[in-house]
Amino acid sequence: MFWACLRFPGLAFSAAFAAAPEAGPSALLDQQARQRLIALPNAEAAAQGVRRGQSLAAARALCPALAVRPRDRDAEAGLLAELAAWCYQFSGHVSLVPSQAILMEVGASLRLFDGWPKLVAQLKDGLSEQGHAHTIAATPFPAASWVFAASADGMALPDVDGVRRMLGALPLARSGLPASTVTSLQAMGFRRLEEVFHLPRPELTRRIGRQGVGWLDRLRGEAPTALPAWQPPASFRQTIEFDGELDGSQPLLFPLRRLTRSLANQLAARDGGVQRFTLTLEHARGESTRIVVAMAAPQREAERLFELARTRLERTTLPEPARSLELHADELPAFRPPMRDLFEPIKGDGLDWTTLDERLRARLGDAALKQIELVADHRPERASRYGTPTAKVPPPPQRRPLWLLRRPEPLRHEPAVLLSGPERIESGWWDEDDIRRDYYIVRTPQGQRAWAYRSPEAQSWMLHGWFA
Amino acid sequence: MNAIATPSLAQVLDHPGIWRRSADRQPRVRALPTGWTSLDAKLPGGGWPQGALSEILFEHQGLGELDLVMPALASLTQEHRRVIFIAPPHLPYAPALAAAGVDLRFLHEIQAGASEAAWSMEQCLRSGCCGAVVGWLPADIDYRSLRRLQLAAESGDACALIFRDASYAAQNSPAALRIKVSNSDEATYVDVLKSRGLLTTTAPLLRMRA
Repeated sequence: MFWACLRFPGLAFSAAFAAAPEAGPSALLDQQARQRLIALPNAEAAAQGVRRGQSLAAARALCPALAVRPRDRDAEAGLLAELAAWCYQFSGHVSLVPSQAILMEVGASLRLFDGWPKLVAQLKDGLSEQGHAHTIAATPFPAASWVFAASADGMALPDVDGVRRMLGALPLARSGLPASTVTSLQAMGFRRLEEVFHLPRPELTRRIGRQGVGWLDRLRGEAPTALPAWQPPASFRQTIEFDGELDGSQPLLFPLRRLTRSLANQLAARDGGVQRFTLTLEHARGESTRIVVAMAAPQREAERLFELARTRLERTTLPEPARSLELHADELPAFRPPMRDLFEPIKGDGLDWTTLDERLRARLGDAALKQIELVADHRPERASRYGTPTAKVPPPPQRRPLWLLRRPEPLRHEPAVLLSGPERIESGWWDEDDIRRDYYIVRTPQGQRAWAYRSPEAQSWMLHGWFA
Repeated sequence: MNAIATPSLAQVLDHPGIWRRSADRQPRVRALPTGWTSLDAKLPGGGWPQGALSEILFEHQGLGELDLVMPALASLTQEHRRVIFIAPPHLPYAPALAAAGVDLRFLHEIQAGASEAAWSMEQCLRSGCCGAVVGWLPADIDYRSLRRLQLAAESGDACALIFRDASYAAQNSPAALRIKVSNSDEATYVDVLKSRGLLTTTAPLLRMRA
C-alpha cells in the first residue's frame, strides 16, 4: 500500500467564497464561538495583523477593508466530496479526512500512471487548474502521509524505515498530536518525535494518553488506520448561494462554471455522463426559474457542459435578480465515448452527429431542429408532423405531394388540366376537426403540378400542396 | 537534392480541376447517382457530384424539381446517412417522402432565418457526418457565400444541393453543377447549364415528365 495525502489549506476559503472569489484582505469567522472571532485570515489580512482567535472588532480596527464571511462547514464538506470525486479517477480507494485533506491509495495505480513523478504532476496540474491550493505527500502509512503533506510537498517515500527515520526527525509541533499534548511534551523537554518514540510504552501512555500513543503507532505504521472508502453518489445536486442578488446572465457565469466543473468531476469519478440537467435560479419573490439543459447523447467534459449551460442561460430572461443557483442531475447514465470504425476514413473536421446537433441547437435553439414523422391519419394536414420518426408507418397508396402548404390557400389560376381526381377525403368527425374535401392533382397554366381541393359546398379551388 | 516531392505530369493532369480538351477519358468525378438514368448519363461521374455544390434552378415550384433529388436522398437515408433540409419553403410532407423511399429517421429539418440558413448549411456540410445537405437559401445569396458552401462541401465530402429561382441562372456561380428545371409544351425539361468536368456545354434538354 502506498498512500498519497492531498491537503487543501485554502479549502475553507474556497467554500465560503464560492459565489465570488475573495479579493483583498478577507477572513473567515468562527460561528461556534459566542463572540465573533476570526477563524482564518487570508495572506493579505494576516499581513495587516489579523490573527486567528482575534475578535472581529479588533481585526476591523487593524484592517478596515477586511471582508468577512462565516465559515461554512457544510460547503467545505461538499467541496471536499467534490475533490474526492475528481481524485476517484486516480484511485479506487479514496478517503476523506475532515476537514481539509484526502487520502488515496495509489500503490495499485502507479504503473498505470507511469510512476509517481508523472502521477503527482497530473494531480498538481489538475488541482491548480481548478484553483485549489494544495500540498501532496505519499508514504506507506496514511497518517505519515498526512503529516508530511503539511511540510514536504511532492514528497514520496516508499521505504518503511526511511519514513520512520524522517518521522523521528520531525519537531513535535508538526507531529499531528493535539496542541495540548505537544505543549506538555515540550514542557518535559522533548523536541523531536524520535525522543518520544524511545520512551517506554507504559510511561508514554501515562503521559500522553491512549489516544496519543495510538496516533504515534499509526504514524509509524504499527497500527492500522481505518479509512472508509468514499463512494461516488448516483445523482448530483449542488447549490451556490449568492451573497447578494445577481442580475443578468454575465455575473452568473462564475458560479455556473464552478457547478458544471463540479458535475464533470463527479461524472469522471463515476465513469458516467449526463444527458440532462436542470439549473434552478431562486429569486427573492415569485417563482424560481428552471432551465433544462438536454443533450443528444451523454456528455462529461467540463468545458462542453459549461458552454451548453451558458448558451441556455444567456437565452433566458430572468424575471428578477437571482439569489442562488442550483445544478441538479437525476440520472448519470454510463458514458460511452464516441467510437470510430477502425477503417473509417476521417472526413472533414470529423465531427460526429451529436456534436453537430449540439452546435446547431446552441445557436439556433432547440425548436429549430426538427424531424418529420408519418402518422396514419386520413386528414392530409395530420398525416405528417414534427416528432420523432420511429418504426416505419406505411405511406398511403395514393399520390401525395412533397410540399404541403402550411395553410391551404386559394389557387390563383383555374387549373389548366385535371390530371387525376377526385379523391374524397372525409374524416375526423370524432374529434370535432372533421373535413370533407375532394382532392385533385391539377396542372396550372405554368406547368406546375398542384394538389388542390374543392369542398363539395364551395366550388372554389384551394391549393394544398405542390408536386415539387 | 530537392526535398519537395515533384508530382508527375500524369498526376497533375489527373487533378479534377484541370480540364483537357483532347483527353479521351474524362476527369474522375465522384458522384451520387441521381436515380434518373437519362440525367445520370449526362453528368460526369454519373450523378450529383460528391463533395461539391450543385444548384437546381427552377422556374416555378411544382415542376418536379424536388423529385429530381429524391431518389438520391432516399438511398442515402436507407444507408443510414443523414440528409438535412435547411429552411424549406413549405412543409416536407411525410407521406410523399416515405413513398419516395426516404427513411425519415435520417432526415432532419433545420428551420433557420435568412441570416442563419447559410451558416447552418455550412456547419452541416463541413461536419463530415451528413450525406447530403439540401438548402433553400435567400434568393440574393452572393458569390462569396456560395463559394464558402462549395469549400465546406469539399472539406466534409458531402453533397450540397441548393434550390434557387431560375432568374439567377445568368449569375456567376462557383457551383460544380448547375441544372435548370423549366416548363414548356406542357412538359418539364431539365437542362445542364454548367458541369465541372463536362466537355460539351451543349447538353440537350432532358424531358423529365409530360
